[in-house]
Amino acid sequence: MEWLDTVIQGVLIGGLYALFATGLSLIFGVMRLVNIAHGDLIVLAAYLALVAVDATGIHPLLALLIVVPLMFGVGYALQRGLLNFTLGGDILPPLLVTFGISIIIQNALLEIFSPDSRRLQAAGLETASIHLGGGLAVGTFPLIIFLAALAIIGLMQLLFYRTKLGRAFRATSDDQETARLMGIDNRHLFALAMAVALAVVAVASVFLAVYTNFDPTIGPGRLLYAFEAVIVGGLGSLWGTLAGGVILGVAQSIGAKIDPGWQILAGHLAFLAVLVLRPQGLFPRMAS
Amino acid sequence: MTLLATHGLTAYYGDFQALFGIDFSVGAGETVAIIGANGAGKSTFLRTVVGLLQAPPASVEFDGAPIGGRPANDVVRLGIALVPEGRRLFPSLTVEENLRIGGHGGRPGPWSLERVYELFPVLKERRAQPAPSLSGGQQQMVALGRALMSNPRLLLCDEISLGLAPLVIRDIYKIVPAIVQEGTTLVVVEQDINQALAVADRVYCFQEGRVSLEGAPGRVTRDQIKAAYFGV
Amino acid sequence: MTALPQAYRVERGTRLSRLGALGGAGLLALLVAMPWIGDSSDMRIIGEIAYYLALAQMWNLLAGYAGLVSVGQQAFVGLGAYALFVFAAVLGVPPLPALLLAALAAAVIAIPTAFVVFRLRGAYFAIGTWVVAEVYRLLFAQTSSLGGGSGMSLPAAIVRSIGESRAEREMVVYWVALAIGVAAVALVYLLLRSRHGLALTAIRDSEVASESLGVDNFKTKLSIYVAAAFGTGLAGALIYLQKLRISPDAAFNIGWTADIIFIVVIGGIGTIEGPILGVLVFFVLRELLADYGTWYMIVLGAVAVAVMLKAPQGAWGLVAERFDLHFFPVQRRLRLGEKAAGTRQAPTQKEVTS
Repeated sequence: MEWLDTVIQGVLIGGLYALFATGLSLIFGVMRLVNIAHGDLIVLAAYLALVAVDATGIHPLLALLIVVPLMFGVGYALQRGLLNFTLGGDILPPLLVTFGISIIIQNALLEIFSPDSRRLQAAGLETASIHLGGGLAVGTFPLIIFLAALAIIGLMQLLFYRTKLGRAFRATSDDQETARLMGIDNRHLFALAMAVALAVVAVASVFLAVYTNFDPTIGPGRLLYAFEAVIVGGLGSLWGTLAGGVILGVAQSIGAKIDPGWQILAGHLAFLAVLVLRPQGLFPRMAS
Repeated sequence: MTLLATHGLTAYYGDFQALFGIDFSVGAGETVAIIGANGAGKSTFLRTVVGLLQAPPASVEFDGAPIGGRPANDVVRLGIALVPEGRRLFPSLTVEENLRIGGHGGRPGPWSLERVYELFPVLKERRAQPAPSLSGGQQQMVALGRALMSNPRLLLCDEISLGLAPLVIRDIYKIVPAIVQEGTTLVVVEQDINQALAVADRVYCFQEGRVSLEGAPGRVTRDQIKAAYFGV
Repeated sequence: MTALPQAYRVERGTRLSRLGALGGAGLLALLVAMPWIGDSSDMRIIGEIAYYLALAQMWNLLAGYAGLVSVGQQAFVGLGAYALFVFAAVLGVPPLPALLLAALAAAVIAIPTAFVVFRLRGAYFAIGTWVVAEVYRLLFAQTSSLGGGSGMSLPAAIVRSIGESRAEREMVVYWVALAIGVAAVALVYLLLRSRHGLALTAIRDSEVASESLGVDNFKTKLSIYVAAAFGTGLAGALIYLQKLRISPDAAFNIGWTADIIFIVVIGGIGTIEGPILGVLVFFVLRELLADYGTWYMIVLGAVAVAVMLKAPQGAWGLVAERFDLHFFPVQRRLRLGEKAAGTRQAPTQKEVTS
């Protein structure tokens, strides 16, 4: 029974990891860019939520209405103003520029907010739980996170497969040059992709800020989880990324149960195991 | 009225020069064919006109306005569409999605999904299939239809007969009159010289990046073509 | 087209490189004599420059020459450092031989590591190496016999066996650091001059093409990865021998990689001179901005971004392009023509450089 509890906890948190990963996966799919600052942008959004909540006193979940559009704008500006200039064949420039941005964001946040751990209060939501019967209880908040992840990934699928923009994303992902022949402006499209990715990330960040303590240095850790969820799930598949997140969450949860110090390590080891045994991931859609 | 004109057009791939001063023109409603051996610069020419390669602004004129060097997505919205060499369909998209994305630029005109399906009924049957699952000839139809969906005033076709059986090539070229009837100007790059001469009002021959011959099909002789083609 | 000349000669050195070699030898003599010329803090800084140079050359070897961009080299800094502590403190091996053994241990561990990370390509390979470094960090943090999360200190007895007096210890550590710095540069230089060097350039330019020409990509990449692990592990072992205290968070810190990347990018990736220039710029900036903590890092990051966007070939790259300078001649110049064999430059000959 305790183990079932543990696994369920892991599944629900997997939803959070899947949201982190969806942003990363989208950017890689559309423009073959791996953003090393991804985790730090997650943390940036969390701090934006903090500022919004401190300034207005609203409930953290309402802060989503501020943070999501804001991060959408940040994403568009970042891509159009900076990252678009790193694209073009060589893998070094985007890697090194995003690495530099990661360092800048971390240290800027340290400078502004200090290294102290922060956390958003959600009026008891964080500790509430729902009893499912049979002695089984799930945390209300993790459940909300998981349902939100399902909803967002569903929305992303709709966006990609039922809209004009989604069609443009997929076409550009297939063949950038021919996409231009369709009248698609790559620079604008890439910026939109980054904007959408960071909007998704913003949702995850607000959840993160309520669910756990955060400080300016936790960015890289989130990047690694996002990356692992994408690889475990398989490139190019959004639902695969959800599966990847869930597996990561469960591995961490089980690891933590055995010994708290093993939590993160268990996740990494699960990732390495999948990498060695099935490098294309569990549900790959496209060749990497 | 001249729709497209190039003046001394040059093109480079890095340090390698592929075009050496091409003077070219096509009038509204005309069908012009470009023939030449592999590597003569025919595809390079089309790609430069449509904006995939850099060019000085004045070297390419469309409807009297200089468009050289403008990015391809701009040029397409002005009314020039390219059916690229090798078709370059989007493998992640279905047949219908490939056609629809051709209309992404939103230019008004006679071509719509229904009209393209009228032209190529077999595509309507296969509309929901992934593009790569079609035969070569059918894929070429998708590529053509996709270009038409942008309602171009000028349609550039790069080797649409490549890799196709003679009967299939004939079927595809049968629709040329329907396109021309809508007022579309056509420039076709063709390996199949007979097909090119059959459909064109005028023909250019390229040889090693230069124009080696220009004239109406009725007025140029076989020998002249051979000489221009091979550069002897 | 004219027919290809029958005779040709492959030339290595340039006049500048010969001058540079002389100058370098002089500088080296000066540095070796530092314990008598300078003081403690001089030796410490130069030693630091030397081991940062070694780390940078190793990363440059991987990224600039083999196309393997690793964001996880701190794994081998930590592995080398912990291996040193194990050999010296736990197994009682004398410190200096322990350094070499530690480097060897890092190289050995690099082999299975490579088999895992090579399953990834490009940017994903980069992050994969980071995950691996984190795994090593966490594993050592869980190993209580080595101090767990808080780490351990080098026992006093070991410290004394490096040298009886503080001055003697400083001298020994200094010379070892110097030797490692010089050795790293020499290793990269010799490697690139060899057949392997040509293979590397081929792989970096095009994996597909080089494979079709018979270059064994996997073996070449593996050997470079292991060599870089050896050099990085050696430097890591020395660093913590000097610090006398190790902890997982310090030894496996991503900061090592951040500093190294800065050095190589600013100096010039893919050249041997680049990291040398880069490490000097790095230390100047550090001296200037040392008091400003986070601002120092922000400036570092911003400069790296700016350089990558505006001058990706780095400071040395700019200089070398402009003036065609090469201190370390790893290029191969092909001199064609009848007169080439056995003679020096003749103005009518064609030059093809690789």
